[in-house]
This record gives sequence, C-alpha cells and structure tokens, in this order.
Amino acid sequence: MTVTRHSEVRADAAPDGSAPPAIELVGVRKTYRARGADVTAVRGLDLAIAQGEFFSLLGPSGCGKTTTMRLVAGFEAPTAGAIRLQGRDVTGVPADRRDVNMVFQSYALFPHMNVFENVAFGPRRRGAARREIADRVGAMLELVDLTGRERRRPAELSGGQQQRVALARALVNRPRALLLDEPLGALDLKLRQAMQVELKRIQREVGVTFVHVTHDQGEALTMSDRIAVMNEGRIEQLGTPREVYEHPATRFTAGFIGTSNLLSGEVAEVTADRAVLRYGPAGRISVPLRSGLTVAAGERLELTVRPEKIGIGPDAPDGDALCRVRGTVTEVVYQGTSTSYSVATATGADVVAFLQNATSADEIAVRGDAVWLSWDPRHSYAIGAAT
Amino acid sequence: MTGAPARTGPRVLRVYTLALIAWLVLPIAVMVLFGFNDTRSRQNFRWEGFTLKWYTHLFDKADLTTAVLNSLTIALFSTAISTVLGTLAGLALGRYRFRGRGAATLLLLMAIACPELVMGASLLSMFVTFGLPRGYPTVLAAHVMFSVAFVAVTVRARAAGLDPSVDEAARDLGAGPWTRFRLVTLPMLRPGVAAGALLAFVLSIDDVVITGFTGGATVTFPLWIYGSTRTGTPPQVNVMGTLIFMVGIVIAVVLARRAARRR
Repeated sequence: MTVTRHSEVRADAAPDGSAPPAIELVGVRKTYRARGADVTAVRGLDLAIAQGEFFSLLGPSGCGKTTTMRLVAGFEAPTAGAIRLQGRDVTGVPADRRDVNMVFQSYALFPHMNVFENVAFGPRRRGAARREIADRVGAMLELVDLTGRERRRPAELSGGQQQRVALARALVNRPRALLLDEPLGALDLKLRQAMQVELKRIQREVGVTFVHVTHDQGEALTMSDRIAVMNEGRIEQLGTPREVYEHPATRFTAGFIGTSNLLSGEVAEVTADRAVLRYGPAGRISVPLRSGLTVAAGERLELTVRPEKIGIGPDAPDGDALCRVRGTVTEVVYQGTSTSYSVATATGADVVAFLQNATSADEIAVRGDAVWLSWDPRHSYAIGAAT
Repeated sequence: MTGAPARTGPRVLRVYTLALIAWLVLPIAVMVLFGFNDTRSRQNFRWEGFTLKWYTHLFDKADLTTAVLNSLTIALFSTAISTVLGTLAGLALGRYRFRGRGAATLLLLMAIACPELVMGASLLSMFVTFGLPRGYPTVLAAHVMFSVAFVAVTVRARAAGLDPSVDEAARDLGAGPWTRFRLVTLPMLRPGVAAGALLAFVLSIDDVVITGFTGGATVTFPLWIYGSTRTGTPPQVNVMGTLIFMVGIVIAVVLARRAARRR
C-alpha cells in the first residue's frame, strides 16, 4: 500500500545523511479528561512530514486533526509518544520555545496593534535588532502583498487581508514548520479559491513546511503534496491527492473524499491479478486485486468507483472488457459543467454517474429510462470483504 | 390624516427627551448656580445676586478643605488598589475554569447586592470586635472592599469575551506569561479596566453610609455636607461640588472621544 511505501522512503532517507523529516510523530497518543471520563483524541499516530512539503490533515470535526496540530505546536502535551522537529525531540518543549508557528482559524491578530506591530511581535520577542525587524517585516508584508498597510489596525482590514497578516506574522519568524488551522474557513468561496492559489505560491517562495488542517476535501486536494485522511484519532490513509482520490483505501476515505459509489457483489471468478463479480442478473464487474488482498470465489467483495469514470448508455457495452451494470434512472441533475445521473441498480444500490456537458445536447437519459452503466476495470477499486 | 401620527410621534419624542434631560440636569444646574450666590445668611436657598467670592474664598473653611482632601485621596487610593485587585480577579474568573469559580463569582455579586447599611454596620462591628481604631485606614479598607467587586465584574465580562487563541498566538510567537499579560491581555482588557476604575472612583467619592460607619473621627466631603445641613450649608460646598463635577465631565468626554477614535 502507498502508506507504507512513503514512510519507508522517509525512514531510509535519514540514516544516509540526507535531511531528517521536518516533523515526525512517533506513537503519539492524546487522552483528555473531560467530565470524569477519558476521551482519546489521538490514538497512536506515526507520521513523518518531509522538509518543504505541503501536508494536509484532513478529516471531519472531532477526528483528532486539530489536536494533532496543537500537539505539534506545543499547546498540548502528548499522553504518550514523541514529537521531533528535524530530528530533535521537542516533546517537552513549550509552545513559546518551539520553532513552529501557527496561523489560527480566527486569525487571532492583536486588535490593539497595527499591522507592522503584529508582524514584528515574534522577532521582537527574540530580541532582533530594530533595523533587522523593519527589514524582515517589510519583506514579509511584500510577500503577502500588504505593503503600505503597516499602520492599519486589524479591524480596518478585510477578512482576506487579516488572513494574510496572520500568515506574515507566523512566517516572519522563519519557523521550521508552519501550522495552519482551517485557515480559509472564514472566507467566502471566491476569496477562498484565490487564497488557495496564494498559499501555494507563498509556500513555494519561502520553502517552509506547511501543515494544513482542514475538513474541506476540495481544499486539501487542491493544495497538498500529501494528505493524511484522519478519522476517530487515527490516520485512515496517507498519500498524494491523486492516490487518495483515485484509490481510497477504506470505506471512510471513499465516502469522505469526493463522491464515491460503493458496490458489493459475489465473486464469480478470481485470476492472478483480478476478481470478477456478478452484479444482478446481467451485471459484471471486474476489479484489480491489489497486493495484500485475497479473495476466493463465492465471497462478497466491496469496491468503489468514482462517478466521473462511469459512462451511461441505452445499450449493453460491447465485449467483456468493460464493467457493466444495468439500472433505471431515478434522478437527473444538471450542474453546469456536468450532469449527474442517479441510477437504481438490480441489487438496490444507487449508482451516481457524472457526465461532462461537453456539448449542449440534451440529456443522454431521462428519469425512468433503463440504461447500462459501464466503466474501465482499472477504475474499480477493491476495498475489502463486504460486511 | 395618515401623516398626522407620523408627525406627532417625533414631536412627542422630542418634548419627552428635553423633559428628561431637564430632569437630570436641573439639580446640577441649581448646585452650580448657587455657588455664585451672594448670600449673607447661613442658608443658601434664596438668590441674592451674583458673586465670585466663594471661588476666591474656597479654602476658608479648614475642616471642609480637609474633608475634600480626604475624599479625593481615599477615592484615588481605593481606586488604584481595587483596580489592580479587581482586574486580576476579573481576568481569572473570565478566562479560566477552576474549582471555586462559581463561589468566588457569587461572593462578588453578594458584595454588590448587599445593602450599604448592612455592610456599613457589619464592618463597624467587625472593626470593633477586632479592636481596630476607626479612621482613615478603615475607611480606605472598606472602600476597597466594595469597589473590588465592581471592577472584577466589569473586567470579567470583558475577559470572557476575548478570543483565547489571541493569547495562544502570543505564546506561539515566543512570549512568556508576563509579556503576554503586559503586551496582549492587559491592552485588550483596558476598556473594562477603565470602566471599572471609573466606577470605583465614583462609588468611593460619594459614599456616605459606609464611610459614616467606619470613619470614626475621619470626615469626608459627603459626610461634612451631611453634617452641615443642620446648621446651614455654605456656598463653598456648591463650588467644591461644581469643580468635582467639572473634572468628572472632562474625564468622561476624553474617554468617550478616545473610544470613538479607536473605532
């Protein structure tokens, strides 16, 4: 699986002299005591984030992603495990003496200070010289495109500008890693999209490791080099956006990232590298078997297919090359760039297919039509035995 | 017809507003005016002509001057002490959750809700029980005691409304606890602290009841006036009152101006 492959590469990298990971979590666990009961927010996390990486912790609220970030920042101490920054153990080092900085969801700017004083706060605490502070703050404000706003108070700035001040205030300290807690959550859609591009640009320019916490899968896919999908205090899957999207390793990941069709059927035959499932009277789904997954004929297997991989048509596809499922259209939703078709299949499961509106022609099918769904077997992705 | 109520409404509102302002200002205007009254009797109730002599002879009555000085110094000291203590208490109650927080809040509210007579009498009996001589220090202690609660309550409200991540941001940027308090928390609490301090000053400078119980031979401005009503209140009292009122007005205007500019 991709997860192990990645961590092996990073682990191998350190001993032969190359840079250790920017951030390393080893068996990190965090248990809170709330209202007389122990609540485990993070259960045994092992994670290595490479130098200069844009890394996202993605998950629903309560999955432990924010706690993980606060552990790295030093606001919380882990119940067990170790945290290393560039190979150095910082587990007991408090937040004010840890070389990581954070951009808060609420920005947390100092309301009584102007933009310059906000950004200069960190360097001043470290006793930098006046001239140096002025130079560094100036350079940072230029980076985030706020030159000329030095004397403004945070309340006089727009949400996007406040966000950029928060970014400059953190980056000016040249942290070993920058932690971003839902940084774009408070912005409206247009501004959020612009800031996604902006954040990527800034990260490329400064080359600092970014650890980004979000519940927005679109945002994580757009910006990240790698994503850790978290659920209930554990990492469900870790990989590049493409890996996580195309090959969701668990049912949770499949459901959380994008739209997924979860299908299950009885295995009819197994060859060296694939299984063929029967699906309803006429349906046939072929699925590649990744290493580590063994099935036998007669067992039930669960798999996912992304809606945009599925074609739709009135006739059965030719030959045995394609996966095929028969069903009845229950819903057609026009969405501008694409049209979404919901199809009720023989086994009862609803399959959703997205078709690009490449031409302005009418819908391929309407409600009530009997249709064939088809897709390339490469896009079937086996998750495991069906329950 | 349809326009009539719309026109009557604002007119009624205007008359009502003016009446209300007059109701509030008139007693003060009378006080200021009779500071200029050229009265010859011991009473200062009838207008007998304009004079500035009470302003030039302001300090003629030595015991009155002492009383005013007592009032001012007690008010300043008790404001300073209760602002420091009240701010710390308010910050703790507003920001942190700890054992005894509810009890501490209740105690503060009790100090505010307690009738002055009850508090004055109980303070007196406590001082007597402990054999403490009544005087300036006991008055000051009593004033600090009731002012702290007001400061703590106003600061607590402000502290509870602060975004806790601002303090974390300062910590993240390398600021230790004392630096965070000085550079971040205190400036953000300032409006609450200022309001509390103002309240403390005002409560102290015109307190009669508690001061009367705990003062012993120490006389403050309000107590002196209270005592003088039997024999006749000299116009100097009006002048002192006018001056104190003016200072209050100036402070209030300055604070309001600064608050407006900050916004």
